[in-house]
Amino acid sequence: MPTILEVNNLVTRFYTLDGVVHAVNGVSFHLEEGETLAIVGESGSGKSVTMMSILGLIPSPPGKIESGEAYLYDGYERRDLLKMSDAELREIRGGQIGFVFQDPISSLNPVLTIGEQIAESLVRHLGLSREEARDRTIELLDLVGIPDPKARYRNYPHQFSGGMRQRVMIAIAIACGPKIVIADEPTTALDVTIQAQIVELFLRLQKELGMAIIWITHDLAVVSGLADRVLVMYGGRVAEVAPVDDLYEQPRHPYTVGLLGALPRLDSRESRRLVSIQGAPPDLLIPLKHCPFAWRCEYAFDRCWEEIPTLQPAGLNRKVACFYDLERGKPRHD
Amino acid sequence: MTDPNNVLVRVENLKKYFPITGGLFGRVVGAIKAVDGITFEIKKGETLGLVGESGCGKSTTGRAILQLHRPTAGKVFFEGVDLTSLSREELRRMRPKMQMIFQDPYASLNPRHSVGKIVGEPLVIHNLMSGNALKERVAELLLLVGLNPAYMRRYPHEFSGGQRQRIGIARALSLNPSFIVCDEPISALDVSIQAQVVNLLQDLQEQLGLTYLFIAHDLSMVKHISHRIAVMYLGKIMELADRNDLFDDPLHPYTQSLISAVPTPVPKLERVRQRFILTGDPPSPANPPAGCVFHTRCPLAVEECRTLVPEYREIRPGHYVACHLADEAGSSKIITEVIPLSV
Repeated sequence: MPTILEVNNLVTRFYTLDGVVHAVNGVSFHLEEGETLAIVGESGSGKSVTMMSILGLIPSPPGKIESGEAYLYDGYERRDLLKMSDAELREIRGGQIGFVFQDPISSLNPVLTIGEQIAESLVRHLGLSREEARDRTIELLDLVGIPDPKARYRNYPHQFSGGMRQRVMIAIAIACGPKIVIADEPTTALDVTIQAQIVELFLRLQKELGMAIIWITHDLAVVSGLADRVLVMYGGRVAEVAPVDDLYEQPRHPYTVGLLGALPRLDSRESRRLVSIQGAPPDLLIPLKHCPFAWRCEYAFDRCWEEIPTLQPAGLNRKVACFYDLERGKPRHD
Repeated sequence: MTDPNNVLVRVENLKKYFPITGGLFGRVVGAIKAVDGITFEIKKGETLGLVGESGCGKSTTGRAILQLHRPTAGKVFFEGVDLTSLSREELRRMRPKMQMIFQDPYASLNPRHSVGKIVGEPLVIHNLMSGNALKERVAELLLLVGLNPAYMRRYPHEFSGGQRQRIGIARALSLNPSFIVCDEPISALDVSIQAQVVNLLQDLQEQLGLTYLFIAHDLSMVKHISHRIAVMYLGKIMELADRNDLFDDPLHPYTQSLISAVPTPVPKLERVRQRFILTGDPPSPANPPAGCVFHTRCPLAVEECRTLVPEYREIRPGHYVACHLADEAGSSKIITEVIPLSV
């Protein structure tokens, strides 16, 4: 599939009173048309800041995008999102790129009806009349599985449950037929049965509408059934990216191995001891000159303390940023 | 019933209603039935997992057992003593034996107190130690939970979430309790840190012979840490069984759908897995449905379920369920294979 989004060497920092937070330190990845890319990482891994940078949603100050490119492809044309004006970005957000955040209650306006909030985006981006926007909104509410959409059009956010609000957010995200939907922890605040409903909804919408999805999460279990590829982030860098089966079955980065080992398994009768990764993630106030995972890594050797590993090809369609070759059980030579 | 000598906590028909007030004079106009008549036992040395979705009453249950919320009705026996009949002073003397670990390691530690003061405070309150003995005990506790005793003079903001949770655990252990209610102790932590805390809780249980009530919404983690598991829905226990029994043969349709909704980190399994996804949201505990509280979302519900409250009964040794459709032979399944075991 052709590439629709290409991010190169993105660096985002926050200049705070405590010092410079090195949130994103050279992140590169691409997204193909119609695929689902899961971005997995713990708090402070830079996964959300990466996406906010691309969408032009980093508050500045204190935030600053120091370098990088984020090309949005449209056929043979490409435009760099990081070089766009605010007005251009507003056209892209909610237009070609839809997004869904973790907490639907703080993303919705409490004094506007649900219908008005969805219709607003249709009038703004697609130039529909009020009547057309209203009809389309009711179709969208139906599409995301909200019962009795005509009556619900006039309801306010507080009249919806958490799961229903997230459906409304999804309706807004897909309203203008985006090519990309970025979902930042869209199910984290929800109960497990509601989470399953939302995952199912995303899978159905993608089949019907064909958009590419970037699904940001801390939970490797949630995305195992819906991602095509998985990108693991650590300390503001990409640790590993691979097709979904390869990543879960043969992780190539020691951090991914640790994350998978830390998960209890529902599909096993034996209760093995969980593998815990010792220590805590790096302090982003300190610029690193070595692998950010080195002091938690059981395979770390001299080189890991001397330079920062870059993302290198490691098999078909996969890359890893690690000097140790887990497959062969010895340091990598390159 | 199990050997009574082996039972540490026995909960009988426990209810906790919170009043809803309304109108100009704040009259009581209704009640939130947070916990509505539950009965179970916790055996010495075991971990009983309590799972359910938000609002099902699992945290209220934990607090009502410790008498942090005085129950509306029902009894809670701890080592044979009915806690609901005790005065405040009598309860205070029982408290050292039963402690709690809280969900939010940021909100449950006083930011103005040093770690030494936080961990040592229960010992001071109960007039058990002071001076050097207190300091030594705090150092010992910090070591026990994997923290450097030198951290005693530091303050909570200097610690990460996982370390704060260790401080909370050290505080809970300070009085040598036999029973600890763990209320979502790992939900606020990152995955790699969750495993550290769960391993610590398991090690401490083995070392000190602790009994846990482990409250959580994460079914995979509850399965991992618990010996037996109780599933709650809208203030009632739907099913209670040994861990493997519950997952191998869940008898209640709610348990079945709950298990089927939990994702696993196995892409090949996820692609072929049957799921039964419940529609809608749980009803409000202020106005629970008549009959079986689950009937509004149950795909198997029959007329009986809408009118008659199912009895919570022991259907096989150690396997309790509240469903009209379950019998000794098993139950109707909403899907044939709830959780296929991978190789």
